Amino acid sequence: MKSALKTIALAAAIGLTAISGAAAEQVRVGFAAEPYPPFTSPDASGNWEGWEVDFMKAICAEAKLDCVITPVAWDGIIPALTTNKIDMIIGSMSITAERQQTIDFSDKYYNSPPGIIGAKDAKFDATPEGLAGKTLGVQVATIHQVYANKYFGAAGATVKEYQTQDEANNDLAAGRIDAVQADSIALGDFLKTEQGSACCDMKGTVKDDPEILGLGVGVGLRKGETELKDKINAAIKAIRANGTYDTFSKKYFDFDVYGG
Amino acid sequence: MADAGSLINWSLLALEPPGWGGVLLAGLWNSIQIAIGGYGLGLILGTGGAMGKLYGGPVTKDLLEVYTTLVRAVPELVLILILYYAGTDVLSQISIAFGWGAVDISGLAAGIFVIGVVQGAYSTEVIRGAIKAVPAGQIEAARAYGMSPTQIMRRITLPAMLPHAIPGLSNLWLIATKDTALLAVVGFSELTLVTRQAAGSTKAYLLFFCAAGALYLMITLLSNVLIGFIERHYRRGMTRTA
Amino acid sequence: MTEQTVSAMALTELPSKQSFFKPHRIVLMAIAAIFVFCVIWFMRWEWVPKYSGALAHGVGVTLLMLFATSILGFFLAVPIGLVQVTGPWPLKMLAKGFCTIIRGTPLLLQLWLLYYGLGSLFPQFPGIRSSFLWPYLREAWPYGVAALTLSFAAYEGEVMRGAFAGVPPGELEAARAYGMSPFTMFRRIWLPRAVYRALPTLNGETVLQLKSTPLVATITVIDAYAVISKVRQATYLTYEPLLLLALIYLCLTAILVVAFRYFESKIPSRGA
Repeated sequence: MKSALKTIALAAAIGLTAISGAAAEQVRVGFAAEPYPPFTSPDASGNWEGWEVDFMKAICAEAKLDCVITPVAWDGIIPALTTNKIDMIIGSMSITAERQQTIDFSDKYYNSPPGIIGAKDAKFDATPEGLAGKTLGVQVATIHQVYANKYFGAAGATVKEYQTQDEANNDLAAGRIDAVQADSIALGDFLKTEQGSACCDMKGTVKDDPEILGLGVGVGLRKGETELKDKINAAIKAIRANGTYDTFSKKYFDFDVYGG
Repeated sequence: MADAGSLINWSLLALEPPGWGGVLLAGLWNSIQIAIGGYGLGLILGTGGAMGKLYGGPVTKDLLEVYTTLVRAVPELVLILILYYAGTDVLSQISIAFGWGAVDISGLAAGIFVIGVVQGAYSTEVIRGAIKAVPAGQIEAARAYGMSPTQIMRRITLPAMLPHAIPGLSNLWLIATKDTALLAVVGFSELTLVTRQAAGSTKAYLLFFCAAGALYLMITLLSNVLIGFIERHYRRGMTRTA
Repeated sequence: MTEQTVSAMALTELPSKQSFFKPHRIVLMAIAAIFVFCVIWFMRWEWVPKYSGALAHGVGVTLLMLFATSILGFFLAVPIGLVQVTGPWPLKMLAKGFCTIIRGTPLLLQLWLLYYGLGSLFPQFPGIRSSFLWPYLREAWPYGVAALTLSFAAYEGEVMRGAFAGVPPGELEAARAYGMSPFTMFRRIWLPRAVYRALPTLNGETVLQLKSTPLVATITVIDAYAVISKVRQATYLTYEPLLLLALIYLCLTAILVVAFRYFESKIPSRGA
């Protein structure tokens, strides 16, 4: 009996290692597994497209890294990084002091202020007073969630948290919530879609709070991996300097996405 | 925008882009791979677990009891999250401690591991029940013939318990195919997650969720046909109960 | 699903061993105690007091979801089981089809289909928005209740079908011989006997239902699982919140099992 058990355990172990088949020196880039246009979204052929995909390709080519896109659930993307499922996060993640306690960031690669959208026929401002008594949708584990809870939740708005941004947008279009707070570029893209243009418009940007909203978006990295961080910072600087950054940005934006 | 044409836009399901049919089928293939792998791993763990629970030493028995109790009392979703992060984390830590460097574990292997551990506890219970249904006299007779424990297992216990185990094990297969959907919550690109992505990108939520539902239903119905064949094969010569 | 499978997937009785104080068990318990101590000592738990209120509320929502959907689902399961045994064929097919579809697809998908699928239809029908139902349809919990109820009804409906079919025909004939009308016979004999026969499976099905409730967190219902997700995002801890959540579900399951034990002992077992 013992030997049978041993054989079974051995077979299981071999089976597992055979399946895992360690890949050589790849960098697994964690993407949020959801459509987040215009930054990252899956297309109908199973590939990822968007501004951040172009950005990733540019820095990986510049830093000579063999990057593989690895989709992960957004609300578990930091644990996925710390438990070694992915090696870096490129997911429009803002650099905040809160997150820096757990992970490291590269230098920022773009910056855009948070905005609030709502139904066209509803008239309100993107202020705590304007949103009092309204239901505001945000994506979980974002700066918007923290900000909305602090400023709008405390002032009498109901903050509803969604796993993905497009579900929040969808519920706004369906009339289940009154407003959505998110990155203004992502919201601008939604307002350009058929669904978005039919239902909603921009109500304004929110008052800045650098402590929560951070200092722009950076590549998320595990703590202590300074070599990779230096490579990426050098690559960001290089593509900014040699015009690659501007070239692919022009495909998506008519303004400077890098921000001030 | 409220006309019927915008409600059902079948071209979205076309196999070639811009239709999302190909992506859905790729997701389905991932789901099937995980279900088969996880179910297989579950069977291995379950057979070992059932043996341990019935014939193992007191410590083995107690540890297996803890395993099956925990898995049967905690929601799969919670187990999947814990195992998904812990599985690779622990493996990496061990490998680093031994100086082999960090290991890369593919999402597929992690998914199979997670489903397999959950299925292992379920099939432990199913197989244990089936082995207990084998008349003790048959095993005693084998022992009297001087068969070794391995021989008894291979020639008597396993074949005799199969008819008892098959209904339960086939249910577990159906559960395994549906449990793969839970991996969507950790962001693994199986059928439910790619459906969500396709639905979110095109805003045709109803269409895509129904299409995915049809695919899952197809797996279940096809499995039922196969299970029917298997059951008839192994129940030859047995009196029909229940 | 057979009763055997249900009890293989859901804890239906607590591991009650005659003696806890065998030598090897004392050693195992000592190791477990050291392990628990390490978990408490070396992991971070300072967030627990801050979130305990929200967590208690979340557990309340989980339990409410569990009991509401199990009870509603059971009431729905009775007709589903009955028409499959005695109904006219269109109803029979309908009930059978319902069970096949619900049991053949993942609950998570059903939940998303109801919430996001139906939800995306609403803007196209202005009538719904102005109706009295809209305040409820805006919320997430009705969809969670609906999906969980349908799921419970489909699984328990299958059990009820077997239970109705399994009531000895002699009892029904006796009732008819007493001159009971079909309805009286159903009310006095058939239904109580079938429910009685289905009771043992209720324990397992309810535990399975508890294990399904965290899925409603994915459609923004704030249950225990959702509160723990919030903790995970606020503290960036990977394991601690999930371990506490597992412990919470373990306790809930244990309480359910003990409660069912108690009720089973209250029900007279004569003629079972």
